[in-house]
Amino acid sequence: MDPSRPLIRERSRLSGVLLETASLLPRILAVVILALSGAVRDSHAQNPKRGGTLQFAISAETPHYDSHGSDTFATVHFAAPFYSTLLRFNLDEYPQVIGDLADGWTVAPDLMSYTFKLHRGVRFHDGKELSSEDIKASYDRLRDPPAGIVSTRKATFADIDTIETPDPLTVVFKMKAVNASMLEHFASPWNAIYSIKDLAADPNGPKTRVNGTGPFIFVEHIKGSHVSGRKNDDYFRKGLPYLDGFKGVFTLQAAAMLNAIQGGQLMAEFRGISPAERDRLVQAMGAKIRIEESSWTVNLLVVFNTERKPFDDARVRKALAMAIDRWGGSAGLSRISTLRSVGGVVRPGSPLAAAPDELAKLPGFSRDIKTAREDARKLLADAGVPQLKFQLWNRNLAMPYTPAGIFLVDQWRQIGVEVEHKQSDTSPYIAAMTNGNFDVAIDFSNLFMDDSTLALAKYLSFDKAPQNMSRSKDPELDKLYEDHIRERDPAKRKALVAAFEKRLFEQGYQQPLLWWHRIVPTHKSVMGWKMSPSHNLGQDLAEVWLNV
Amino acid sequence: MLRYTLNRVLLMIPTLIGVAVLVFFMLRVIPGDVVEVKLRGDGGAVSQETIEMERHRLGLDKPLIYQFKDWMVGLATLDLGTSMWTDRPVTEEIAIRLELSLQVAIMASFIAVLLAVPLGTTAALMRGTWIDYAVRIITIGGLSIPSFWFGMLIMITLLYLFNWLPPITFTPIYVDPLANLAQLVWPALAVGYRYCAVVARMIRSSLLEVLNEDYIRTARAKGVYEKLVISRHALRNALLPAITVIGIEFAFLIGGLVVTEQVFNLNGIGMLFVQSVSRNDFTLIQGMVMLIAAFYVAINLVVDLLYAVFDPRIRYT
Repeated sequence: MDPSRPLIRERSRLSGVLLETASLLPRILAVVILALSGAVRDSHAQNPKRGGTLQFAISAETPHYDSHGSDTFATVHFAAPFYSTLLRFNLDEYPQVIGDLADGWTVAPDLMSYTFKLHRGVRFHDGKELSSEDIKASYDRLRDPPAGIVSTRKATFADIDTIETPDPLTVVFKMKAVNASMLEHFASPWNAIYSIKDLAADPNGPKTRVNGTGPFIFVEHIKGSHVSGRKNDDYFRKGLPYLDGFKGVFTLQAAAMLNAIQGGQLMAEFRGISPAERDRLVQAMGAKIRIEESSWTVNLLVVFNTERKPFDDARVRKALAMAIDRWGGSAGLSRISTLRSVGGVVRPGSPLAAAPDELAKLPGFSRDIKTAREDARKLLADAGVPQLKFQLWNRNLAMPYTPAGIFLVDQWRQIGVEVEHKQSDTSPYIAAMTNGNFDVAIDFSNLFMDDSTLALAKYLSFDKAPQNMSRSKDPELDKLYEDHIRERDPAKRKALVAAFEKRLFEQGYQQPLLWWHRIVPTHKSVMGWKMSPSHNLGQDLAEVWLNV
Repeated sequence: MLRYTLNRVLLMIPTLIGVAVLVFFMLRVIPGDVVEVKLRGDGGAVSQETIEMERHRLGLDKPLIYQFKDWMVGLATLDLGTSMWTDRPVTEEIAIRLELSLQVAIMASFIAVLLAVPLGTTAALMRGTWIDYAVRIITIGGLSIPSFWFGMLIMITLLYLFNWLPPITFTPIYVDPLANLAQLVWPALAVGYRYCAVVARMIRSSLLEVLNEDYIRTARAKGVYEKLVISRHALRNALLPAITVIGIEFAFLIGGLVVTEQVFNLNGIGMLFVQSVSRNDFTLIQGMVMLIAAFYVAINLVVDLLYAVFDPRIRYT
């Protein structure tokens, strides 16, 4: 097995799990059952059955249907079955990309142009035939939205210079500058292709109306209740979808969602549940439930407000980072929360991630926590704040923010720092973060894929990256980022990411606490759905079928 | 009576205006706004320019006094505005959920009254007996157990004993009465138990008080049948405070079932309220506060009018 392969499947790591949980017999039995269930599942993978309606949970409700202007998974889980994208991720070989609407493509050797050939005969749900003009209109809306339209991916496509449509089935993207991640961005689930006719009629139309080329046709959205779709018989990927339809039920309360899965009303929750919720389902349902696990492209960050004293002093930030025992925390927190992997700015296990031994050499990642804490005390004394007190701002969300906050308070207490843990609802929390009204905070990084361009952007200077809550300004980091975007050699790119991490952690503006661990429950009858490190990928449901 | 009713209806207007003013300004004290939650709540790397553009579109960049004027003009024309979160009319957002919330409130009230009247009456008439003690234990249980917790017990019992759960999405009663009742009878029961306990205790204590009144003694002295004494003279008077409680409880149920709705995954007004508050969706919060305030005021009026029906001594002029 390729050790750099980022996707972790519990089934294939059975021996490791057994060792790790040797004292927990019920858990071992559960894992064995799951392993067997996986084998049974795979044996059926070649013979999909047609028909049936998949009922699944969506643990948030999208404010609108326009994925161009959204960052929440709630929009993707709602809208992905209705739409197609130019490319998509091949979840069997993640992070490889394959065509969706694109039948094939060529990339210029200098990465300055991308030419896509579209599938012939693709139709929107209203009957209109797809052409390259629809692709151009959708990407123009993404990169340069008309007045009054929100595109949250404007910066992502800032490197596109022009989009040409030499014929109805060809679209050419010409670049202003090299962006080594462009192909992955063309596979982003957020970049739904809309009809040029719809956009001309009302550029804001996709917020309230659904007309895509996806495997399912929109049936209804009952606000606060559910969204449903029926099979698109004219779907361009012949033979798909297998399902007659789907119903995504909004279940905002975890207990209600778990009850519904256990009671058979819902067959899956595709975002992710906590270890305790997993254990409850496994205990209650045994062989009827399948659990798939993976590391997750989401992490929590510790952020220091560099505009406030004493956090404008790198020694203080570094000391506080060094006091955190991430390796020990991972072992403890992973039992009670979705937090698990120790990693740098890119997801541990992903192609550009630092190896654990390299990571352990960086401030805040030492395995020798006793020495690190002694050094941290000295740094605080040098900085003139041996008796430091501050407030830790955190979101008022039980999973995983609360355990993370309590963990941090305890870690800093061990170097004599007194911390008040202040948890706040989302709105005042975001207001405090964006206005810089905090000392230290727990922030998060939510990536839809393993793209270092996206991952590193959060740490750029505040004037370039409003999402940098530390409000730091560091031209050295900005330059390393620019060099890394333009670098085409993967090995050099990886070296640039390592240099970026070294600089970032030495300065300690903000750094990942722990990366999340994704746990997805599906009923044994749900087949063809593929696990990935991102809860935003693979949600078009085209290849999902029910083994009933 | 008609004049009194008209007066009361007219008095509702300044009350509701007061509520409108209060809710508008109190909401503006809370830090943050809906735009930041919507565009940055999931870690979006959205520029400040985009945030400002959305604020402008929603009118959040206008001076407060202009925003207030828009709100009051809208209210005067019965236009509650558009949800800042979904861009849909507030009335549409509320209407989708109101049917469910109203039905749960009506069913819970029905269950509560149906049980509370005989329980409260029996306990009062058999004061000090084991029946009285049993009723008191049952009602104390109803007051002590939070509705949402009772709801969770119901769900767990259904799940573990019968491997069955009520439908998870709402079906209107006129579409499929069985599916509708299968979903809503359980939350109605969970809420109705507490509601019943409140009303039953009120009836018991009120009836005990009335039974000691001179007119009850007189009726008995005149040889009126005991059943008639209880039903015509005692219970009718004892029901007056219970009616007040029933009215207040009913109004509370319209928007107050926040946690119970979550337990049963009900798409009701309470759940919408929580969501709109967590998103700082000012217009939707304002709309719902107005709706609930209107319900309270209207139900208070109905309760006052019912007083006259139950107590012939009360005459409104």
